[in-house]
Amino acid sequence: MIQLKAIHKSYQTDYNSLHVLKGIDIDIKEGDFVSIMGSSGSGKSTMLNILGILDKYDEGEYFLDGHLIKNLSQKQEAHYRNHLLGFVFQSFNLLAFKTAKENVALPLYYQKVDRKERQELALEYLDQVGLLDWADHYPNQMSGGQQQRVAIARSLISKPKVILADEPTGALDSKTSEDVMNIFKKVNKQGITVLIVTHEDEISRMTNRVIRLRDGIIESS
Amino acid sequence: MIDVDKWQEIFTSIRRHKLRTALTAFGVAWGIFMLVALLGMGQGLQNGIEHDFRDDAINSLWIRAGKTSMPYKGLKEGRNIQFDNSDYDLLRDQFPEIDEISGRFYVSGSQTVTYKDKNMSFSTRGVHPGHQTIENSVMLEGRYILDKDLDAFSKVAVIGKIVRDDLFGKEESLGKQINIGGTIYKVVGVFKDSGGDDEMRNIFIPVTTAQKVYSGGTQLHQLMVSGGNLGLREMQVLESKIHNTLARNKNFDPSDERAVRIFNLAEEFQQIMGLMGAIRGLTWLVGIFSILAGVIGISNIMLIIVKDRTKEIGIRKAIGATPGSIVNMIMQESIFITSVAGYIGLLLGIGLIYAASGVESEYFRNPQVNLGMVIIALLVLIITGTLAGLIPAIQAARINPVEAIKSD
Repeated sequence: MIQLKAIHKSYQTDYNSLHVLKGIDIDIKEGDFVSIMGSSGSGKSTMLNILGILDKYDEGEYFLDGHLIKNLSQKQEAHYRNHLLGFVFQSFNLLAFKTAKENVALPLYYQKVDRKERQELALEYLDQVGLLDWADHYPNQMSGGQQQRVAIARSLISKPKVILADEPTGALDSKTSEDVMNIFKKVNKQGITVLIVTHEDEISRMTNRVIRLRDGIIESS
Repeated sequence: MIDVDKWQEIFTSIRRHKLRTALTAFGVAWGIFMLVALLGMGQGLQNGIEHDFRDDAINSLWIRAGKTSMPYKGLKEGRNIQFDNSDYDLLRDQFPEIDEISGRFYVSGSQTVTYKDKNMSFSTRGVHPGHQTIENSVMLEGRYILDKDLDAFSKVAVIGKIVRDDLFGKEESLGKQINIGGTIYKVVGVFKDSGGDDEMRNIFIPVTTAQKVYSGGTQLHQLMVSGGNLGLREMQVLESKIHNTLARNKNFDPSDERAVRIFNLAEEFQQIMGLMGAIRGLTWLVGIFSILAGVIGISNIMLIIVKDRTKEIGIRKAIGATPGSIVNMIMQESIFITSVAGYIGLLLGIGLIYAASGVESEYFRNPQVNLGMVIIALLVLIITGTLAGLIPAIQAARINPVEAIKSD
């Protein structure tokens, strides 16, 4: 599903160049449940951004579901993000002025799905994360755990092949963290590849495979 | 097809920045209002001036005798020039391009005009038949002075509407006899003139009769000709040819501009119309710049809104929004605000012009907004709305989702 071959990435600052990823090789199979661990500065966020087609890499090759992700137009990037990937962020990143239902339905808007169908699907996915009753609430009326579940529903509605989660439990207490992880487990059981970036061992322990990053190279996988 | 979601996005965004949007919208509304108001007022000015010229045939030359200012062929300067019938005949015979021609003999002073027991004072002028066209007099009843009146030295009079109203009241005036300074005339016609009340206080009699009755010999005080369909250049040529012909006939230096003064109404009209064109140009300039100021305001506010929404746009991009859809979102909001605000400004402008449409004064009457102006104003609106949204929209499309999502 995901293949990274000798990926290099540097950030240019005014005075020097920061070599963040120094040749990353990873092969993640379809349906895998993987966590990526590393201290801050290890390059795990950069790697996730490259995997999420939010950032470009300098060298190497990245295949997502068989497509080479390189030199794409912004429109193509948007298309792959929309159809193959689902994002879950540490800070949830829901749109504050939209209800839970509208937030969940948003990716389908960009797939030009009919309005009515969008709303029905949104309710269906909210039901899956146990928030059907909260459909018409706004993010600021919900707890962190609930918001993250809405975000997960939003990432799932476009039926992606891969879910990319950046510290999804970072802002949650351990009890809600577990709830969220259980949802990820459930999602993974449906055959969706799940990648979680985390620095918590309890979280990585719940995944099937742990990739450890250190100073821009893979320490173990 | 109405895209409910797009409109929802626009309204949500506007609702989140109510005051900001209202203030900006006011800028655009004001711009369009100014444009429409200025254009309408400009039209009013033009109407006023055109109306002012309606008094006389626009294509006419008014020729007055003056005093020579240069010595000529042994004659001293300072000589009075006096027109007579020979000048009238000369011009009439020599210039086939002249459409109508008339001399004028002013019966000196205001004559007492008597009908029954009423005595009033009106000015009386001896004229040729061509005088009617040149003065733009419109007959209300009866007829004007005719050639046969001149031949027969008839004692007939054509009176202005006000003369009739004052002398006759509701009584029938045609065929009645009036006494002008001791001589009896028969009223044969009543005219009106758009030049105003003063023009309608005149009495016209055959020029030959006037010369004879008031011992004018063959004197004429003034000559006037109209050029029919001649253009401005041809009128100017005619003007100088007439000047030269009169110079020969009256023995003065052809370059002596004071001996005979010719007032070219066509030239005057053209000059004023040229001025009007300049005013109109200026009006557009001021109007367009007011709108531009409004548009820059909108552009500015949209940039701020984009900045405000950086994170949101980043999230949208992360979940699959294309740059095109982001551009669309911002542009539509901009065009929407501009259109609504502009439309309000347009309505207010038209309202003002309508309110002022009754105004009639010298040089200003009946301001108007025509369809062409409205269409152009609307086009300006849509174009400016698009331009206003363009830069912020491109800015929005460039937002990097990674950085946007991190930002707070």
